[in-house]
Amino acid sequence: MKTFDAIRADLSAGTTTCEQLTGDYLRAIDAGKSLNAFLSVFPEKALQRAREVDKKLRVGKAEPLAGMVVAVKDVLALQGERVTCGSKILENFVSPYSATSIQRLLDADAVIVGKTNMDEFAMGSSTENSAFGRVKLPQDESRIPGGSSGGSAVAVKAGMATTALGTDTGGSIRQPAALTGVVGMKPTYGRVSRYGLVAFASSFDQIGPFALCAKDAAQVLNVISGHDEKDSTSADVPVPDFVKALKKNVKGLRVGLPKEYYGDALTAEIRNAMEKKVDVLRSNGAVIQEVSLPHTEYTIATYYILATAEASSNLARYDGARYGFRADGVRDLAEMYTKSRSQGFGAEVKRRIMLGTYVLSSGYYDAYYRKGQKVRRLIQEDFLNAFKKVDCLITPTSPTTAFRAGERTDDPLQMYLSDIYTTSANLAGIPGISIPCGSDKQGLPIGLQILGKHFDEATILNVADFLENAKE
Amino acid sequence: MPWNEQYEPVIGLEVHAQLLTKSKAFCSCSTEFGREPNSNVCPVCLGMPGVLPVLNRNLVEFIIRMGLATNCAIAPHSIFARKNYFYPDLPKGYQISQYEEPICSNGWIEIELEDGTRKKIGITRIHMEEDAGKSIHDQDSDTLVDMNRCGVPLIEIVSEPDIRSPRESYLYMHKIRQTVTYLGICDGNMEEGSLRCDANVSVRKKGETKLGTKTEVKNMNSFRFVEKALEYEINRQIDLLESGEKIIQQTLLWDSNKGIAAPMRSKEEAHDYRYFPDPDLAPVFVDEKWIAGVKKTLPEFPTARRDRFVSEYKLPKYDADVLTAEKELADYFEGVVKNLVKKTDESFKLASNWTMTDVLRVLNEQHIVLRDFPLPPNHHAEMINLIVDGTISGKIAKDVFEEMLKSKDSPKSIVEKNGLMQVSDEGAIERVIDEILTNNKGQVEEYQSGKEQVFGFFVGQTMKAMKGKANPKVVNEVLRRLLEQMKK
Repeated sequence: MKTFDAIRADLSAGTTTCEQLTGDYLRAIDAGKSLNAFLSVFPEKALQRAREVDKKLRVGKAEPLAGMVVAVKDVLALQGERVTCGSKILENFVSPYSATSIQRLLDADAVIVGKTNMDEFAMGSSTENSAFGRVKLPQDESRIPGGSSGGSAVAVKAGMATTALGTDTGGSIRQPAALTGVVGMKPTYGRVSRYGLVAFASSFDQIGPFALCAKDAAQVLNVISGHDEKDSTSADVPVPDFVKALKKNVKGLRVGLPKEYYGDALTAEIRNAMEKKVDVLRSNGAVIQEVSLPHTEYTIATYYILATAEASSNLARYDGARYGFRADGVRDLAEMYTKSRSQGFGAEVKRRIMLGTYVLSSGYYDAYYRKGQKVRRLIQEDFLNAFKKVDCLITPTSPTTAFRAGERTDDPLQMYLSDIYTTSANLAGIPGISIPCGSDKQGLPIGLQILGKHFDEATILNVADFLENAKE
Repeated sequence: MPWNEQYEPVIGLEVHAQLLTKSKAFCSCSTEFGREPNSNVCPVCLGMPGVLPVLNRNLVEFIIRMGLATNCAIAPHSIFARKNYFYPDLPKGYQISQYEEPICSNGWIEIELEDGTRKKIGITRIHMEEDAGKSIHDQDSDTLVDMNRCGVPLIEIVSEPDIRSPRESYLYMHKIRQTVTYLGICDGNMEEGSLRCDANVSVRKKGETKLGTKTEVKNMNSFRFVEKALEYEINRQIDLLESGEKIIQQTLLWDSNKGIAAPMRSKEEAHDYRYFPDPDLAPVFVDEKWIAGVKKTLPEFPTARRDRFVSEYKLPKYDADVLTAEKELADYFEGVVKNLVKKTDESFKLASNWTMTDVLRVLNEQHIVLRDFPLPPNHHAEMINLIVDGTISGKIAKDVFEEMLKSKDSPKSIVEKNGLMQVSDEGAIERVIDEILTNNKGQVEEYQSGKEQVFGFFVGQTMKAMKGKANPKVVNEVLRRLLEQMKK
């Protein structure tokens, strides 16, 4: 498994080609089939593209991601390829257009190798909710890799791609990154265009990279970031060079430890692993202080009210009328809707649609949705207040390491608590990154989360890069 | 159909106007009408997975125009909402609309009642939304959907319950239509559905201040049906109350064939739209500068224009009303006026007469709108110039007018080609009259014995002999002179 820097060095040295690299990744995908990380793979297309990139490399006209082979979560549209969202209802749906983020990767000469498995419509924390079977943790196939972008996390962990794109609505990049032991980043809401990202919860969803190291994540982020006129919520703010932001220095950096994130839910193992990393920062000149995010206890409730409300509306278009799955033997319109949706959606998706429909219903809107919006603002303010004192926050990414498949499927609330440390960033719209932070007794990866100010991915990438390279 | 005078109807109207923007509300597809079904579509308006709406700024511009024309407050900050319901012609499963925080609110327009009094009707709000597609139900019980209309921008104009009769509703609708067409934001065609109207109706005993239970009447797709449907519904409600029954709050569909408004099946109206702010769209910010810019582009409004026609062109109020009822007609008339050589009250009135009678007659006969009228204002003016300077008579002008419609030639070339110039040469006219008087001795004697009406006979004979080209004024003078001479 090589980082993009190592790959670029090999390419420059002439010891490999983009075609060869792509072939290697394709073989790894094939060898790791049991992990069920991919929903579709396009070997011919990828190799064809790799040859084109090689041509450009030979004449020195390649774009910055030449040599990078990328897997993308199957919730992102790529023209001419299926975009299933891990759902039966879109099993055979071929996208007529490409997502902006994917187009930008292609324009930067990345090779897209395939599309990764996921929890249906990105709803889940274990990638067990895929209509096409669960994704397995490479380290222990009886365990889950986190979710919902489990396929993308595994693709990077198992050497099936240099980097991968995932989406993060409540932790769906950071939590699987933590559980599989790779880097996963959710940029600031608005940093990356959502055009072509099949929406789960529009005001939360954000596309971001999985990578072996912070620098690779920065390289991908450099390409996919920036305003897109096709997405009104994409921010028209300058995009710095995130690679240049890796200063190898944390002197004077003000780091906050939100006390609400270090409560009883956390295991001692994870706490200890975190403390070691914090010590590294401290001994390198960072100033550590405890901060408070007083509305933390409302995070999960607020998230599940607002995100499901948006989801109930976003998923209304899958009705069997124009595309996607339509149930057989229906007699009238109402039956077409109910049967197609009942048979096409999985249990978790239906649960969230019902929850979201309920909170938007007349008579309940004020008590749930409107109140949820108010609490969301309070949670945002918590972060803005904290960031007056510190430059970034360090928290665990997940309260536990990878759990066993089936362990939480019967208890949705327990499953929802997997995201207890990650959903707040989506509520507040701030960027967050999860990086490997040692492992527990069973050798399962622990993740450390760094949260930053709006549009200040540079700082958290720098901290991530620093911790990766520093000695404990 | 009048109603029981003890009662007073209370009516509020919700009018949808389809906007004439070139592209759709949230994507760049064309809004052109009448294209092959499902050809004006793209992934965005088809609601494909992963697409996002991007607001068409022209839509905002258009609604600001309407807001200013109806004395509304324009909100500096307004938001879009999703109206959620399932229907095959609604590809996203929700319609993008505005709910809380619409862009225009608290306005009014003025209608003129038959007795000349003016009445203000309050406008509660005007908001932006997108249209749905069109469901076409064929005979084999299949439903086909044309998505061309999906995402075409609409504005919804909601009135206060200030309307007190079907007639006022009709006048209000006309005023709305006149306003949107003057602003150039909607073609105002109710029959084709670019202007749609739903009504909220209740009745109460006169003097009562509490509102009665209301019903909603839909599907009134012409101005006449608005009036008829409301008359029907008012009488239905009064009859119910008179027989001691209660009004049920429900939605009724006007059936123009049967002349009744029948309730929709309750299933169809059991909607909870679950409105919530659309997270895909940023708030719309409108600053003073934008509003001021739009203000500058506003046209002269009908009432002001009518008053100006009376003062500037000295036209009777009736003429001014007819001419300014529609912007196109008023523009046409002023196009004619602009090209008149002699700008006198007389020529203005001539232009008015020709526009009101002949132009409107042709539009009616040929079932066309002014846009398709073949005679441009400058040709029309040239014809009037020829009348005014005596080159042709009014009678000949009728022929020239018809010929212009057919050949689209200029009036001058038609007159020259066909030798239609009016003859004002006294000598020539005298020679013709001489001959007529010589050949009609009997009638001359009758005239001289005091039967004055024979004079008309001589005029007719002269015009006939001269193929209508004789200047009638000269004919009259010469004829009178010759007859007087013969007396002596």
